[in-house]
Amino acid sequence: MLSLAHFLLIGAVLFCLSVAGIFINRKNVIILLMCVELMLLAVNMNFIAFSHFNADIAGQVFVFFILTVAAAEAAIGLAILVVLFRSRNSINVEDLDMMRG
Amino acid sequence: MTDLGFIIPEITLLILASGVLLVDVFRRQSSNAVTFWAAVITLLVVLSQLALYFPDGSTITFFGTTKIDPMGSVLKAFAVVLVLLSFFYARDYFDKKEVQLSEFYILSLFATIGMLVLISANSLLTVYLGLELLSLSLYSMVAMNRDSRESAEAAMKYFVLGALASGMLLYGISMLYGVSGTLQLDELVARTDVLGQERVLLVFGVVFVIVGIAFKLGVVPFHMWLPDVYQGASTPVTLFIGTAPKIAAFAMAIRLLADGLQGLAHEWSAMLVILAVLSMSIGNLVAIAQSNIKRMLAYSTIAHMGFLLLGILAARNSGYAASMFYVIVYTLMSMGAFGTIILLSKTNLEADRIVDFSGLAKRSPWFGFIMLVIMFSMAGVPPFAGFWAKWYVLKEVIAAGYVWLAGVAVFFSIIGAYYYLRIVKLIYFDDPLDTNGVDASEDMKLVLSVNGLTIFVLGILPGALMSICVIVTIPYAAG
Repeated sequence: MLSLAHFLLIGAVLFCLSVAGIFINRKNVIILLMCVELMLLAVNMNFIAFSHFNADIAGQVFVFFILTVAAAEAAIGLAILVVLFRSRNSINVEDLDMMRG
Repeated sequence: MTDLGFIIPEITLLILASGVLLVDVFRRQSSNAVTFWAAVITLLVVLSQLALYFPDGSTITFFGTTKIDPMGSVLKAFAVVLVLLSFFYARDYFDKKEVQLSEFYILSLFATIGMLVLISANSLLTVYLGLELLSLSLYSMVAMNRDSRESAEAAMKYFVLGALASGMLLYGISMLYGVSGTLQLDELVARTDVLGQERVLLVFGVVFVIVGIAFKLGVVPFHMWLPDVYQGASTPVTLFIGTAPKIAAFAMAIRLLADGLQGLAHEWSAMLVILAVLSMSIGNLVAIAQSNIKRMLAYSTIAHMGFLLLGILAARNSGYAASMFYVIVYTLMSMGAFGTIILLSKTNLEADRIVDFSGLAKRSPWFGFIMLVIMFSMAGVPPFAGFWAKWYVLKEVIAAGYVWLAGVAVFFSIIGAYYYLRIVKLIYFDDPLDTNGVDASEDMKLVLSVNGLTIFVLGILPGALMSICVIVTIPYAAG
């Protein structure tokens, strides 16, 4: 039987993967956006697990809000990506170094 | 339970902001004056409603998601006033640059809705939604200047780090929800009195929540976005980001930490000590090395936000009052400083290098004096407003038993005084690069003068604002 701890562990693993992806990735900005999405889904896993095991519906409602906001966030992220690509013809993370100090 | 009457200002702002959007879509002429005035009228209506429906006491409404209290309403009114003033600065900048970016006003109005929601949040869900509405508007505002390579880069960095921070905040929220079984902050505070494994989980959640708050305020080590965004965004956007959202971030810290997690004050106050010390040291030291004034002011912001945390980490009502005073005074100073950059900018000159301020007193003695007041106030020279802000916060830190921390804070503000006074020296003792007078519209000059004089008057008479802050934070005395 799966317990709450199993779900929390999956959530934590997914969360760590996404954070590691953001910090390790040096090539492509789109992968950063994917990692951000994965992070939100990891949190959703937590919310659903808690909601089920605490028998409280509020956590599942929260998940719907997160999914909606994630869609809006992805839209804005991709829009910024288009602006970025038009201004410098590259979406390489290492090229984001005009400002230092 | 449900009463629309309590959130009339938010509802009005939403409807009118949508109206402004339609006005902008259908306007015929190329000038964005119509959009500007529609946005100004919207904010004036919201401001009058905030005054008209000022609450007597604290009410929790809308199925426990919203808390209407005097502290929230005072902060909302200040946030709306700051947004309103930033519109006048922005219009002057856009006129000088001969660009008509009416999106600025519309996105600002939507960001303002986010701030109002965040300020009156009583549920973890409301905190998240308000924060996202605010942040998503800010990301697009930074990217608004489409032809600038810096803007696009700054927007991307802000977006990725911002999304990372909201992910962290959400993970923390999920832990708090899992342990307490509630999303409402007023119920959460009663359920944090747990022991053993559950307490560990709760503190684990608090760490992530603090990361979210620290990112929003821009304190070290979650400050990486701030200098790039301040430098990369166009000056009116920087001015906007540096003022009203700081009030919202302060409110978010109070709502989460004081309303929801007062029971864990011992734990979070220790975390805030570390963040405050790091912010004050790194902010003030790195600011010295900057040659771009927007970047310098970004590091100065980081240092000021460290100071702001000092009041919050005292974890009682008088400390919150001192921090509230600090954030209000800080936003006024920051607005004046960025306003002066806009004053000096020209069609082909951004005026964001520190040397652009050379000899300002010879070009315009009055605005040289205004910048002097702002810089002295930021440095904390008595009797300007910034001195009192630091004074009240330090008094609270010492009363809470952190005498060494007060010493550290004073030490780093003395180091910080160097780079503020360097600008005063440039203004008064160096020769101007450009000997022409400053040119700006009359209303922009009026707004900047009023802004500077307010800081001056608050320095002489800080009592009135401070007593407002003390009165509205009294409800936290019991906790």
